[in-house]
Amino acid sequence: MQVTASVNSREYTRDVEPRMLLVHFLRDELGLTGTHWGCDTSNCGTCVVLMDGEPVKSCTVLAATAAGHEIRTVEGLAVGGVLDPVQVGFTEMHGLQCGFCTSGMMLTARALLDRNPNPTEAEIREAISGQICRCTGYATIVRSVRWAAEHRADS
Amino acid sequence: MSATDGNPIGFGRMRRKEDPRFIRGSGTFVDDVQLPGMLHGAVLRSPVAHARIVSIDASAALAHPKVYAVITGRDLEARGVAWMQTISADMQAVLATDKVRFQGQEVAFVVADDRYSARDALELIDVEYELLPPVVDPRRALDADAPLIRDDKPGQTDNHLFDWESGDRAATDRVFEGADVVVEQDLVFPRSHPAPMETCGAVAQFDVVSEKLTVWCTTQAPHAHRTVYALLTGLPEHKIRVVSPDVGGGFGNKVPVYPGYVCTIIAAIDTGRPVKWMEDRSENLMSTAFARDYVMRGGIAATREGEILAVRVEVIADHGAFNATAQPTNFPAGFFHVFTGSYDIEAAHCHVTGVYTNKAPGGVAYACSFRIAEAVYLVERMVDCLAYELGTDPAELRLANLIRPDQFPYECKTGWVYDSGDYERTLRKALEIAEYGELRREQAAAQARGELMGIGVGFFTEAVGAGPRKHMHLLGLGMNDGAALRVYPTGKAQLSISVQTQGQGHETTFAQIVAEELGIPPEDIDVVHGDTDVTPYGLGTYGSRSTPVSGAATAIVARKVRDRARIVAAAMLEASPDDLEWEKGRWLVKGDPEKCATIQEIAMAARGSVELPAGVEAGLDAETVYDPPNLTFPYGAYICVVDIDPGTAKVRIRRFVAVDDCGTRINPMIIEGQVHGGLTDGVGIALMEQIAFDEEGNCLGGSLMDYLIPTALEVPDWETDFTVTPSPHHPIGAKGIGESATVGSPPTIVNAVCDALRPYGVRHVDMPCTPSRVWHAMRGSPPQ
Repeated sequence: MQVTASVNSREYTRDVEPRMLLVHFLRDELGLTGTHWGCDTSNCGTCVVLMDGEPVKSCTVLAATAAGHEIRTVEGLAVGGVLDPVQVGFTEMHGLQCGFCTSGMMLTARALLDRNPNPTEAEIREAISGQICRCTGYATIVRSVRWAAEHRADS
Repeated sequence: MSATDGNPIGFGRMRRKEDPRFIRGSGTFVDDVQLPGMLHGAVLRSPVAHARIVSIDASAALAHPKVYAVITGRDLEARGVAWMQTISADMQAVLATDKVRFQGQEVAFVVADDRYSARDALELIDVEYELLPPVVDPRRALDADAPLIRDDKPGQTDNHLFDWESGDRAATDRVFEGADVVVEQDLVFPRSHPAPMETCGAVAQFDVVSEKLTVWCTTQAPHAHRTVYALLTGLPEHKIRVVSPDVGGGFGNKVPVYPGYVCTIIAAIDTGRPVKWMEDRSENLMSTAFARDYVMRGGIAATREGEILAVRVEVIADHGAFNATAQPTNFPAGFFHVFTGSYDIEAAHCHVTGVYTNKAPGGVAYACSFRIAEAVYLVERMVDCLAYELGTDPAELRLANLIRPDQFPYECKTGWVYDSGDYERTLRKALEIAEYGELRREQAAAQARGELMGIGVGFFTEAVGAGPRKHMHLLGLGMNDGAALRVYPTGKAQLSISVQTQGQGHETTFAQIVAEELGIPPEDIDVVHGDTDVTPYGLGTYGSRSTPVSGAATAIVARKVRDRARIVAAAMLEASPDDLEWEKGRWLVKGDPEKCATIQEIAMAARGSVELPAGVEAGLDAETVYDPPNLTFPYGAYICVVDIDPGTAKVRIRRFVAVDDCGTRINPMIIEGQVHGGLTDGVGIALMEQIAFDEEGNCLGGSLMDYLIPTALEVPDWETDFTVTPSPHHPIGAKGIGESATVGSPPTIVNAVCDALRPYGVRHVDMPCTPSRVWHAMRGSPPQ
């Protein structure tokens, strides 16, 4: 079937199987390999992207379902070549090690900051609790998000 | 900003050079590799734990329009690759030919146009199994009536794998007989799994013209993999290139060679097309290298006053269906015999019996430094059991028995020579940060209110940096690692190393080592790793060996460059090399510091027209291979505070204080990150994670819905600090830090849980301390 989806503000049309998952659509059809895949049960959250600004696990969204929605992936976090404060925060605060969960974590953080620009540690932990990181122990991810909150792009 | 952007020229906190690609989503993991004409593989796995294969009918799968090939064990047998040698020198089936020996074992490999079709085709393969009774409980594996698992091995008549001892049994038993106090305790370190976020996989490409095989692979040890692939396939080693690109976490899980990799290679050779295979999460959890699975009976002997005299332990080690333990081949129980821990004792003995069971092979991964997690768990739990029996404070008991600073280098009773340490200082620092006395007062008040608050104390000594050629090897390969440093005329440099990163930040820290030695800013040093075609030979990154081994090689190769630079500088400055002295970044004439040459100027001159003494080659490049004289012995003191809900028995970790000593610290930010990650591993292992099996051998931990990994809600904000006791034999005094916290935290957490349950008369609870386990412990009933 033909699927047209808007990804990072650009329209893509591809002929895909109806069962194709959004994560594979992004990775294999569009070559946007910054979105990763890590489990079969929607537990790990490494595939998180934003759908109309809300974090979704792209392994539980069909590509066909994404049609008509605005998808934002890690490749769309920086705007006009300027890094999002979340991206800078992860670098400044050592919020990543192997880098595999990082895309999903940053997108969840972006969505959190969009609705709550000054989240507490508890709110950040709650926001990323659907995602697993095996490397960092989360504390530096929390600090990274706090860094981004304190260094807003518009401030 | 200066050219160095505020970063240190040498050791110190510095943002990582790896990060820019990952925060943009432009890392290259194996599954990101896309090649023209690439096919996709999928593995058919056994649904049962033990069965004879009667027949395999792949005709329906082969008739699938998008299927290119179906490979079975018979196909591999015909070309002599149905079995492969493991790192522990056992044989493991690549694809089963005779029997399946664990649930999830590889039976067939399908190659198709795309990953969905490959999965579809798995459903079309018809395998007839004749069920056999499985061996699930390692304690019953040696029963006379236990079914024989490894009937493929000539002469094998039972499920016995090995018996291995260390220490002095007779001397230890004598001390136990004469001791005032003897405490014995059964302890199970359950089977867990590293579960890196990126599962395992490979892309293989075979060029029919040059006959060169390129394998992009999720491996922590690309050079070792290349050697194994050469020996297995018969392809010449120089015609194999193994690339370990960005790797999404390893933790030991990506050390072994897995059947899927071999099938991918065979499929690429057979089809003439590139083939990609990525396992899914269930395959990762059910079939790849697990960790631990030690059933232990520990004993500790002491005087009434609390002097620890001896420790002994009997172990049944469950190695699964094939002994694929990734550890030095000549140490069947890894480094478990470092179980005397951090204490100065008179005698020690361990006896480990390895057995086969109908479970997945593997056995050592998950950041444990070759069974030191088991060893530390044993001794730290036994010390707490002793404190329980003596009615002594566990911190005081440890302080009274720790090896003293003046005893280093300290040879323990099983032969390890600990390099350096000031244990008491580190433990006292942790107690101070935790405000231990105040915590105990708070606990007493909480208990008076009926609340369950526990304080756990743990101390560990690690043994990392395998290892000296005289002591250990992997399948005959010495565990040495190399470094090659090229300095370009403009003073920029490229360091290539044989270890590689799965998140540890080698591109940053190894550049910092060169920067410290040569004064070249780390930004000007490119660190190349993970590609066997362009890096020196070495055995890779696991067991916290990168800094102790390849880090040492890096310091030494930089010093070689510095020595070469001295000769060139002498020619430039028209002085004798003996008259020059080094100041970071430049050679200068003693007593006349105006006369100097920077390393950048020297690099240009070394390739330029400066007249060099006879026999001196142009350039500054150097290469080295490092054979460590000993392991390094990082250590730490941990304190954990838990609260247990008396109504639900759920354990919540309120605080965790970790004071680590890894010797010289290269990048404190990265060290802290390594510790944080390991502590989180410890929370998972102690409270949540277990690869369990039912009595039929069905894996009960085959998904992340069943195998629970800590999220941000299960872990506290870590309180870390450090002491610095350099290693005397390492060129920069550094010790490995990658696994300290994974090793040190599980017993500390269990000590805290048991401390909280003291009012219930509970001395021990086995891991994982789930609400169910703790609930039953509180009620004196056996765990369910």
